[in-house]
Amino acid sequence: MPRQHGAGFNMFRFLLGRLAVLIPTFVGVSIIAFSFIRLLPGDPVALLSGERVMSPERHAEISHALGFDRPIVVQYLDYLWGVLHGDFGTSIVTKKPVIDQFFELFPATVELSLCAILFAVILGIPAGVIAAIKRGSAVDQAMMGTALVGFSMPIFWWGLLLIMLVSGMLQWTPVSGRISLMYFFPPVTGFMLIDSLLSGQAGAFKSAVSHLILPTIVLGTIPLAVIARQTRSAMLEVLSEDYVRTARAKGLSTFRVVGVHALRNAMIPVVTTIGLQVGVMLAGAILTETIFSWPGIGKWMVDSVSRRDYAVIQGGLLVIAAVIMLVNLIVDLLYGLINPRIRH
Amino acid sequence: MSQTAATSAVSTDPSRRARLAEFWYYFSENRGAVIGLVFFLFLVLLAIFAPWIAPHDPVEQYRDAVLVPPAWQEGGRAAFLLGTDAVGRDMLSRLIYGTRFSLFVGVIVTTLSLVGGIALGVIAGYFRGWVDTVIMRVMDIILAFPSLLLALVLVAVLGPGLVNAMIAIALVFQPHFVRLTRAAVMSEKTRDYVVAAKVAGAGHGRLMFKTILPNCMAPLIVQATLSFSSAILDAAALGFLGMGAQPPTPEWGTMLAEAREFISSHWWVVTLPGIAILITVVAINLMGDGLRDALDPKLKRS
Repeated sequence: MPRQHGAGFNMFRFLLGRLAVLIPTFVGVSIIAFSFIRLLPGDPVALLSGERVMSPERHAEISHALGFDRPIVVQYLDYLWGVLHGDFGTSIVTKKPVIDQFFELFPATVELSLCAILFAVILGIPAGVIAAIKRGSAVDQAMMGTALVGFSMPIFWWGLLLIMLVSGMLQWTPVSGRISLMYFFPPVTGFMLIDSLLSGQAGAFKSAVSHLILPTIVLGTIPLAVIARQTRSAMLEVLSEDYVRTARAKGLSTFRVVGVHALRNAMIPVVTTIGLQVGVMLAGAILTETIFSWPGIGKWMVDSVSRRDYAVIQGGLLVIAAVIMLVNLIVDLLYGLINPRIRH
Repeated sequence: MSQTAATSAVSTDPSRRARLAEFWYYFSENRGAVIGLVFFLFLVLLAIFAPWIAPHDPVEQYRDAVLVPPAWQEGGRAAFLLGTDAVGRDMLSRLIYGTRFSLFVGVIVTTLSLVGGIALGVIAGYFRGWVDTVIMRVMDIILAFPSLLLALVLVAVLGPGLVNAMIAIALVFQPHFVRLTRAAVMSEKTRDYVVAAKVAGAGHGRLMFKTILPNCMAPLIVQATLSFSSAILDAAALGFLGMGAQPPTPEWGTMLAEAREFISSHWWVVTLPGIAILITVVAINLMGDGLRDALDPKLKRS
């Protein structure tokens, strides 16, 4: 097979194939976001304008301004046109464009999610490898038992428990927010860890880190358990392969067999698992951010639901789904690069 | 498997009994799975007999016994073994009644998403073509949202409450069953026994649900167990966010939401409902692991 010629072409076709699935999905997602406001019990005009009592003239005026007096298909196409130009609606409560609010809050969620994934990977992969090597031992059983508990964890309760113990009784970490109110500096990157360093204020970075610790643990718990379990079973599968036996028979040390031969191949399913955690992270962020008053998009959505800010829910749904689809596409592409077998 | 079926011709349905015995053999080898099963049966009994077991009415408010600590702590009372909450309701009774809601959520959500998912998955995998494309695209759309966010928004549309929360969660879980069923059906469809049944004149309905489906059940059962525990977690999470069961329902997540403000002062109102959720979910997941090992022949070898 002419691999050098084939690789680039395949990559392109792979991308095209993914887009052929993604574009109809995006249209479907936009239809859901569009219909959401119209499915709610009550008058969408009143819901979107946020005005409870209005005269029929005022109603007609707003209805016209929002375009509700036009045919539904025209309304949808207009909505889609707006979305494609970055218009995701305007918040009823803050009167700010939804997309602006999203970009304001998104870095907080990204920062938290990245830390959580890092936490999960750094602890999860070694744990899984050790459990696989020591299969059946007390260490393996303890680790997998812990992983099962982590996997089953109601994280909203886990968060409360950690606040109670670590923040309440031990007084080690703060309870909520991203940084102590003592520090104030304009956001540069939106990532508090970087911004606090850039600000040059003494103690700011330490404060940012201490605010991150508990949310990171809470959000990272389920991915950590999933990654540890997945690494263990992938390792077990690879360790029983012929080439590993050959490597062992050649007299290579366990460390070399595991580190060089087995781990590389065991990582392929593990990387997929890590990629799949993106959606899990965002679902977890809803709970974690609510518990720790973390100003990210998860808390934003929960607050919008309880404030009945339907414009934000509508816009937020669509932006979040679009981001997840984009991230999944990137993960798929990276995966295609790592593992040539799936490009076909 | 065929020789075991041939030798034990005494029973009416030998192959099924032999398979069940083989399944139980592998399942009972897994100690964790058996512990999970026993604990789960215990919860089922608690749920069924809650009115007789619970010492108090779960919504009765004892005004003279507000935030009483568990019996073994200073200030605890024997009448309230696990203490009382902020309006003087007995924690133990609420926790016992809570098993009813959690198991109910698990059963309903799993049934809804399993039945719907199987129907759509079999149709998609059997007919392929545009039917398949439409079904799978719709499932992709559902999967494009973080599950809890979609459930949250659906409940916002339908109105907060346990029933609506269950509907929302079932809808969000559906795609996993559709995908699994479809994949299994596609791999079974071209097997000889299916072709033979087709040649013998079996119709589409019979081929789909009587010939092919029973041979696709193993991964679906494992996924169903997983959904059962996830449904309990998600329903509790929605309750915690104020969108699931509404107070004064003794649902564990809702209890946690009400207890949040006592986090630093009264540990039992926060800790106990969470422990109840955790051990229930652990028990079900232990069973799920056992089921997977017993049903998945690929893992049986290793």
